[in-house]
Amino acid sequence: MITVNNIKKSFDGQQILKGVSTVFEQGKTNMIIGQSGSGKTVLMKCCIGLFDVDSGTIEFNGRVFSNIKEKKRKHIRKEMGVLFQGGALFDSLTVEENVMFPLNMFTKMSLKEKLKRVDFVLEHVNLRGANKKYPAELSGGMIKRVAIARAISMIPKYLFADEPNSGLDPKTAELIDKLLYELTKEFNMTTVINTHDMNSVLQIGEKVSFLREGMLWWEGNNKEILTTDNEELNEFVFSTELTRRLKK
Amino acid sequence: MALQLMQSVGEYVTVVSEAFKRPDKGSVFRRQLMSDFAALGLESFGIMAFISIFMGAIITIQMAYNIDSPFIPLYTIGFSARQMMVLEFSPTILSLIFAGKVGSRIASEIGTMRVTEQIDALKVMGVNPANYLILPKITAAIIFNPVLIVFSIFLGLVGGWVAGSATGLVPSDDFILGMRSWFEPFTITYALIKTVVFAFIITSVSAYKGYTVKGGSVEVGKASTDAIVISSILIIVFDLILTQMLLV
Repeated sequence: MITVNNIKKSFDGQQILKGVSTVFEQGKTNMIIGQSGSGKTVLMKCCIGLFDVDSGTIEFNGRVFSNIKEKKRKHIRKEMGVLFQGGALFDSLTVEENVMFPLNMFTKMSLKEKLKRVDFVLEHVNLRGANKKYPAELSGGMIKRVAIARAISMIPKYLFADEPNSGLDPKTAELIDKLLYELTKEFNMTTVINTHDMNSVLQIGEKVSFLREGMLWWEGNNKEILTTDNEELNEFVFSTELTRRLKK
Repeated sequence: MALQLMQSVGEYVTVVSEAFKRPDKGSVFRRQLMSDFAALGLESFGIMAFISIFMGAIITIQMAYNIDSPFIPLYTIGFSARQMMVLEFSPTILSLIFAGKVGSRIASEIGTMRVTEQIDALKVMGVNPANYLILPKITAAIIFNPVLIVFSIFLGLVGGWVAGSATGLVPSDDFILGMRSWFEPFTITYALIKTVVFAFIITSVSAYKGYTVKGGSVEVGKASTDAIVISSILIIVFDLILTQMLLV
């Protein structure tokens, strides 16, 4: 469980997060939604320690993670997997080396054990056999899946995904959603997904947090989002003609 | 302008001091170091050899054409070629060439990693990115560049000797006699000290420029150009300082 407690963050005098408090629950796919500029990415970057917060705290199962020294963060970082928007795979390493990277850095596993783990996670993301390929040889969907494999290679307690479906076709996007949902259940992870994709939200959003103008505007689940009378949320979710017709 | 310069110097010192922390894992550092020996050192051998041989030849021929007094013995040409190669050409001019070749490579490689979130990925995994990416490059250049410079001196003199003999401008015996005359072993030490300092400047400045890139491909290109320009200026300035300190 991740507890976000009244966090505020500004850049160059402009306040992006204006006191956000929420709880990301364990074993669930927690989704953060909101328009561009609403503060979703900043909130996620604060959660993963890429930005320090101006005030407030972020706790991982009761352990404070925000605004502490990098050395003290290391222990929690090892329990964390992050899927970046573009995958952020290391270009000079093969798929196998990318997935093995955290294992090389932080475990004393033998090569045999590491290769076994690589095969295990690659099988989970349906990429068995792609071990020796380089990121440049992969499609967008494959890059995302390798990035997921790398993120879960240490079997993390917390998984963060920033726009996991961006740039993917609807079918591949659905596959990635399903994969994230299944991994969350299998490893009982606290998964936090930052997305614009309403299809994902409706499919796997067990807890949905709607951010607007740097504030938490609404919270609920993928069922409640369809019936809520929150005007701003409805405006965001049903912003297209197609979604409005679907609602009717 | 002065404030910006001070800010940049502060940033540079911060990045370099982060890089000089103890590596997260020794075996990973050694692997990176070997890879950088190949990428920054061995891959520069060809261009170094080509330029050194031709410069040695050109120096010899030009000097032979300019010394037409019967009072100046021909072995002076061998002596002058050696002094020029050892004191200035090999350590300084080759370092300027390396600033272009190696510096742009480092800045664009690290800069691309920055804009594609690969450095963020390292950080959230708990790896010290500056240490992982920069320290092996600095170490590789500091160890390998002096080796390249020694080869450069040797190949330059071979080039001069071949050119002098082949054109008939400087008989082989005269060239070798000049090359061996009034040899001060300290000049080699001086050349190696300069090379080590220049290697540090090239790698650290280029890595800093790449590491602090913000934006996209245009900014990566600009960082790469800035790395070459700043490294070249610093090489010339430090050449003067070191010459004053060590030779005068």
